[in-house]
Amino acid sequence: MSEALLSIRDLSVAFAQGGEQTLAVDRVSFDIAPGETVALVGESGSGKSVTALSVLKLLPYPAASHPSGQILYGGRDLLAGDERELRRVRGNEITMIFQEPMTSLNPLHTIEKQIGEVLKLHRGMGDAQARARTLELLAQVGIQEPERRLQAFPHQLSGGQRQRVMIAMALANEPKLLIADEPTTALDVTVQAQILALLARLRRENDMSMLFITHDLGIVRKVADRVCVMTGGRIVESGPTETIFSRPQHAYTRHLLAAEPKGEPPRPDPNAEKVMEGERIKVWFPIKKGLLRRTVDHVKGVDGVDVTVRAGQTLGVVGESGSGKTTLGLALSRMIASQGEIRFAGARIDDRSFRQMRPLRRQMQIVFQDPYGSLSPRMSVAEIIQEGLRIHEPRLSAEERDRMVVDVLEEVGLDPAARFRYPHEFSGGQRQRIAIARAMILKPRFVMLDEPTSALDMSVQAQVVDLLRDLQRRHDLAYLFISHDLKVVRALANEVIVMRAGKVVEAGTAEQIFHSPKTDYTKALIAAAFDIEAVPGGVVSE
Amino acid sequence: MPAVRVERRAEAKGLPARRPWLSPINQRRWQNFRANRRGYWSLWIFLVLFVLSLFAEFLANDKPILASYKGEILFPVLVDYPEEKFGGFLAVTNYRDPFIQEEIEANGWMIWPPIRYSYRTVNSEIPEAAPAKPSWLYTKEERCQRYEEGVDDPRCTIGNWNWLGTDDQARDVLSRVIYGFRISVLFGLVLTAASAMIGVSAGAVQGYFGGWTDLLFQRFIEIWSSVPVLYLILIIAAVLPPGFWVLLGIMLLFSWVAFVGVVRAEFLRARNFEYVAAARALGVPNRTIMFRHLLPNAMVATLTFLPFILNGSITTLTSLDFLGFGLPPGSPSLGELLRQGQRNLDAPWLGITGFFSLSIMLSLLIFIGEAVRDAFDPRKTFK
Repeated sequence: MSEALLSIRDLSVAFAQGGEQTLAVDRVSFDIAPGETVALVGESGSGKSVTALSVLKLLPYPAASHPSGQILYGGRDLLAGDERELRRVRGNEITMIFQEPMTSLNPLHTIEKQIGEVLKLHRGMGDAQARARTLELLAQVGIQEPERRLQAFPHQLSGGQRQRVMIAMALANEPKLLIADEPTTALDVTVQAQILALLARLRRENDMSMLFITHDLGIVRKVADRVCVMTGGRIVESGPTETIFSRPQHAYTRHLLAAEPKGEPPRPDPNAEKVMEGERIKVWFPIKKGLLRRTVDHVKGVDGVDVTVRAGQTLGVVGESGSGKTTLGLALSRMIASQGEIRFAGARIDDRSFRQMRPLRRQMQIVFQDPYGSLSPRMSVAEIIQEGLRIHEPRLSAEERDRMVVDVLEEVGLDPAARFRYPHEFSGGQRQRIAIARAMILKPRFVMLDEPTSALDMSVQAQVVDLLRDLQRRHDLAYLFISHDLKVVRALANEVIVMRAGKVVEAGTAEQIFHSPKTDYTKALIAAAFDIEAVPGGVVSE
Repeated sequence: MPAVRVERRAEAKGLPARRPWLSPINQRRWQNFRANRRGYWSLWIFLVLFVLSLFAEFLANDKPILASYKGEILFPVLVDYPEEKFGGFLAVTNYRDPFIQEEIEANGWMIWPPIRYSYRTVNSEIPEAAPAKPSWLYTKEERCQRYEEGVDDPRCTIGNWNWLGTDDQARDVLSRVIYGFRISVLFGLVLTAASAMIGVSAGAVQGYFGGWTDLLFQRFIEIWSSVPVLYLILIIAAVLPPGFWVLLGIMLLFSWVAFVGVVRAEFLRARNFEYVAAARALGVPNRTIMFRHLLPNAMVATLTFLPFILNGSITTLTSLDFLGFGLPPGSPSLGELLRQGQRNLDAPWLGITGFFSLSIMLSLLIFIGEAVRDAFDPRKTFK
């Protein structure tokens, strides 16, 4: 392809660590034609972001190096080019947007200053000119009332708005190529759909090319013309999007495509025993003002929610971030103070103190979202898993405890010989299995699962979902499954409540919610999650 | 019996069934510590010196280590024998007495430590008025002139040399340095350990519970740490007879505050970690969470601090001794040696010895401290 805008030839990236060279990207080649969108897809650690960062030489040199390869842009090799040449290209002809819109913006500068800086630097515009162009850009990326937003600081904007500002900055100089590194991963599904629609529109209008990096195949299908599948630093397959999805050649691509969480949730059984019940649960955080710290108002984290979780059944709690899902779960597990009646196995527990709760803790367990944060880095796996046993079964001997640890590790699909290792030696999926083992060793009746799959790669997610369903069937567990990922919820939950701003918008069986949603909000959520469609009109947050 | 089957399988694979005694994190720390050559060697030198000084009684003493008298084996270092045993009349034998020495030599033998002076032994055979120069600065005639038989006296041997001279009370300086080193390091270690224990507990409670506990405790510490410690010690020294434990107690009252800040900050940060929430969800009591989950985090900061606090404690003791408000008169102490050096400027070996022994000891500890800090720094990488 002679007319390619950007052409990457045999690119390798190596990182030096402790005197050793690790190859992160291994002889990768692909082209981007003008006006084309190319997606780099792969799981974490596949080298997709590193490839993208090398285009603008944004890697931490000299720890990173390029043993081979060329990056040809307009006939020039960017890798061989000097810093001055790169600066002319960076932010001007090739721009980049990043995953985390909060940390990519300077928290101490106003929006006007941040966008204006790009214009002044590359275009030499004056204040008035830059201001006019900034307003135009903000309007273009769909920020309402742009005049009012000029003086706003990043923390005053929502995640979606911040990402729009980032896009405005990237578009300021009418680039020929936009590199988007997981631009929607940190956003809610509804916002994700809006941002993707925006990017597609802008690409059409400005006739840009786009290099799109993501792990989400749904997004790829939606936005990309061509796909490159990466794993272990190599591109294993590339081709037009349609071909890749309909006729995948490489085993890894087929594995990725098959990785969606599948399977059926447990059959609803209205006669099963009620394990956990909450009535009119309220968690209000006071807002205190003034010298005497009087409570002037409340942030209503959870505002009058009724829930019932039955043995052997899963209640899915879905909603965007900030809707109060996790707060509700923590309140039910009595980890934070709340109002309203909570009954566990028929007995009231909302009036118990932390100390009185302790004997009940073994029957109600929590699995947290972040498998890296929820395991103490200084304890071996055996110690982590045993901890609950030491509290609740103090009479067990060391051998008996060890035997139980071995059993539970087998049950969650880990090699029991690994129990003397430390958490950092395990992958994310294995760590989540350890966290599940820690909860399961106590033989609980109720487990709160707080986004247990969202920090994991797609194929690992599917395995963890299978494991959870298997455990539930064998031990008749009651799950409260909190997630923003509707695909996972559909595979696990037989009852769903949809939350928004602390209130339940819609509740019902999974069947009803997914197939015939009643409220506009639920409809928007489902459209965004499964078809990545943005819903116009103020139904969802911006 | 699924468990039995699993165990067999683990054995068959030849995987380690026991955990190694150093966790991988600590193994890496030890490697990092060793990578700092200066700190690593300092640790060995310091350990050798410290262990040697722990056996000071066997190195520098005015009693023989072992003696044989009329067929009986005696341990004068460990047991006080009355002089009657050797035909004398004192309650405690003075083995440096020529009469006793001749008596024992005639009926057996004795093994002396390399230095035949304890820290409080007065050398009555110095060639000139105290303070006397180091023995190797005198000719043999000068050195032996005060002994009864002069140059031919069997007692004028290398064992009776004052390698670093004597102080103004004719006590052997080297012997006092050995004993003084021991007491300084022990004082520093005990004070540091005790204040670490109190400081870490106080910081842990404040950081973990936060809120009112934290607020009140912090205000108390602000007031407490503004008390002028030196004047307080002067006042107390006037009331109580100063000694090792009294000094330790007074200084402990104030030195624990140094640890509170770091430990409190670590606990405040770490109590919101997800694995702490996980432990709470398991029903683990607060005390256990603090010990098992949070303390290891805070220990990094504390251990980094430790060598510097140790140095500070030693310096404080030395300066009190220098001012004369420290250990009781007659105790071997480096501060007192420095004071003698200041008062006897015509005897430079006193000041020079005091300066070098203190600066070497403190430098070794600082180098070790640096290496410990490197070892616990997760971002530091070594080639």
